[in-house]
Amino acid sequence: MSEASETSDVNHASDVNDASEELEIDLPEEIDVDNPVWPYLRKDRIPHIWCPGCGIGTTVNCFARALTDSEIDLDRVAIVSGIGCTGRVAGYLNLDSFHTTHGRAIPFATGLKLANPRLKVVVYSGDGDLFAIGGNHFVHAARRNMDLLVICVNNFTYGMTGGQMGPTTPVGAVQSTMPYGNFETPFNLPFLADACGAVYVARWTVYNVRQLGRAMKEGLEKRGFVFIEALAPCPTLYSRRNKLGDGVDQLKYYKANSVVKNGADTKEVGLSFQGEISVGKFVDRERPTWLEAMDAHYAQVFAGEYVPHGGLHGED
Amino acid sequence: MNAVKPANKAKGTVFVREETCKGCSYCVDFCPTHCLELSPGFNARGYHYPTLARADDCTGCDLCGLYCPDFAIFAVRFRDLEKLRKGRVL
Amino acid sequence: MQADPKGVLTGAHFLDGDQAACEGALAAGCRFVAGYPITPSTEVVERFAARIPLVGGVFIQMEDEIASSIAIQGAVWAGQKAMTVTSGPGLSLMMEHVGFAAMTETLCVFVDVQRAGPSTGLPTLPGQGDMMQVKWGSHGDYEPIALVPSSPQECFDLMIRAFNLAETFRAPVFFMMDEVVGHMTERVVIPGASAIEVAERRLTRKKPGEYRPFEANGDLVPDMVRSGEGYRIHVTGLTHDERGYRAMTAAAHGRLVERLSNKVRANRDRLVDVREDGVDGADVVVVSYGITSRVAARAVAEARERGVRAGHLRLVIAWPFPARRVREIAARAKAFVVPELNLGQMALEVERAAGGRAVVVPVPHAGGTVHEPAAILEKILEAKG
Repeated sequence: MSEASETSDVNHASDVNDASEELEIDLPEEIDVDNPVWPYLRKDRIPHIWCPGCGIGTTVNCFARALTDSEIDLDRVAIVSGIGCTGRVAGYLNLDSFHTTHGRAIPFATGLKLANPRLKVVVYSGDGDLFAIGGNHFVHAARRNMDLLVICVNNFTYGMTGGQMGPTTPVGAVQSTMPYGNFETPFNLPFLADACGAVYVARWTVYNVRQLGRAMKEGLEKRGFVFIEALAPCPTLYSRRNKLGDGVDQLKYYKANSVVKNGADTKEVGLSFQGEISVGKFVDRERPTWLEAMDAHYAQVFAGEYVPHGGLHGED
Repeated sequence: MNAVKPANKAKGTVFVREETCKGCSYCVDFCPTHCLELSPGFNARGYHYPTLARADDCTGCDLCGLYCPDFAIFAVRFRDLEKLRKGRVL
Repeated sequence: MQADPKGVLTGAHFLDGDQAACEGALAAGCRFVAGYPITPSTEVVERFAARIPLVGGVFIQMEDEIASSIAIQGAVWAGQKAMTVTSGPGLSLMMEHVGFAAMTETLCVFVDVQRAGPSTGLPTLPGQGDMMQVKWGSHGDYEPIALVPSSPQECFDLMIRAFNLAETFRAPVFFMMDEVVGHMTERVVIPGASAIEVAERRLTRKKPGEYRPFEANGDLVPDMVRSGEGYRIHVTGLTHDERGYRAMTAAAHGRLVERLSNKVRANRDRLVDVREDGVDGADVVVVSYGITSRVAARAVAEARERGVRAGHLRLVIAWPFPARRVREIAARAKAFVVPELNLGQMALEVERAAGGRAVVVPVPHAGGTVHEPAAILEKILEAKG
């Protein structure tokens, strides 16, 4: 099944070790530095609408660090979201950002990317948006290996509308439209992405902030259809309705139950209600993107007559 | 934003934007050195915000900053201060 | 400016309406099409798919019409001219994205080769039952622009105009063909590129930081930018302010939605396009559009042979509707006769504009074939009184 398992609790060990060296520094009275996430935000829109303990903001921190670490030209990054709590990410990031219709972030992103191949297009949306109403688009974009980084914040519920059952709600969890507990089988998202042809598939929880940030950085640098699932608490609707405590309790559950299984068979990484969580990078492979395949094919068919597509911005 | 004047043993410190905190306590609960505590008082929106209770213990690792869903806290290592001050050109 | 010669197939051709529409789009500078196969529109995208490798651009067959109608909007924000092509059932699926295009002022062209509906209806046979759907189909208020070609030559000519209007008004533009116009083959003359005027994207001259993406100019239309050029725009289907930020108040909503409608309403006279034949002095005026106008022309000719003072008003642009012109005619004519391949859609508009000053006689037809000229003639003879 999987490779060697280890606890996911690797954040803390390395950080404590790293900080153990002694330094002598004269400190000024006033220190004026920015929160590292701050330059990436539309500051006039903060505070945001997310509830106390909502994990979406934490994923935004990870994404901001990934942008910094990847040293990508931010003018060439575009964020596309659908509708829902995670859909609001687009409105807070100080990048070209598109808050589209429910479920349709991926096809909008497809058009944006194909019309200007120099853009790095990131789809940032929730589990209901991407996998219920938008499921068909996910499946086909992965099949085509459309060059998109898709970040799914999976909180197992429809938060914006008040905590209804969604395509990732674990069996047994109570939701307002499953008042006696969910009896529908949820998606195993990494398996779905893998089966459809995604070239990079990872799952981390928002407890694993460093790993999540690193995965996002790798996703920004990878060509092709990248899928990153970030498990995040919804304390207001999912946790409370299921008597799971607050956000801290949910992160403690992630900490205690996450098992790193890099390279795991994605068939084996499905989730159950408050059960073990397989995390890690499950898939990392190469195949031509849709545009690369088109260019290669037409170059062969039409030889010198082919007019390569470079969008409006020349070739890159 | 206020820098908390650190004690001599500290290797870093935290910055707290009290007014945007929603009191989720992620920073307090997941700080590796347990140097933070929630304030006894409330911010303007009625939430307890973090304070650096054991300044000596702060390493500036910024895990609090990574966890904070409200962009209300972050930490720096003193040795990184110069670099950070130069600012990020974005 | 002049058309890019790469997309212009100059010469005299024998093309069906679908093919001619595709050539019109290429001549207009459309370099991005997302579509999904549906009869009787498929030939448009088939031709685009065949032509585009030699022109430079992208055709992508999406997984459905919902995806197609939003993929084109992504392409537009990257700076391209884009269209999608469909027929009734697909158009129904696209409706939410018509609203998104209206709300976000994403200029793009929706081609609808109409077949008889509702539902799957008669896939291979004509209808004109989508005329009200394009006006009112998405929820909320907006003002679409709709062109109605009646021949393959017009499919070419008007398609260029459709793209130009989209660039000018940043409103959803519909290209309302029908199965017969789409599949009839006629001579189509494509001029040289230098004779084709195309509208370019009106890009802002402002710098990032100064530019507000939804701040309109005097003509109520805001200038645009292309994603990737450092403006850090935010685009949302939520009610938004001039910065593009969501604004959840009745006042902000009124300001935005009224501007979206007024930018088309205020330019109604510039937009309206009708072709008239003997309307002034006529007792009975036939109002028609698309394929029905070709049948109606024959009925009008036969009525004149019988001594009826009959005129013909053909809609080239159906939305905005030429209400002022119809009102003028209503003051002098006795009656309007409105044949259409539906059970009376544009007839309602004629009635509204006539305001009781002239009788309006619909000639309804559920679609599946075109009218018999005799059916229209009969109504003309009845209407002359």
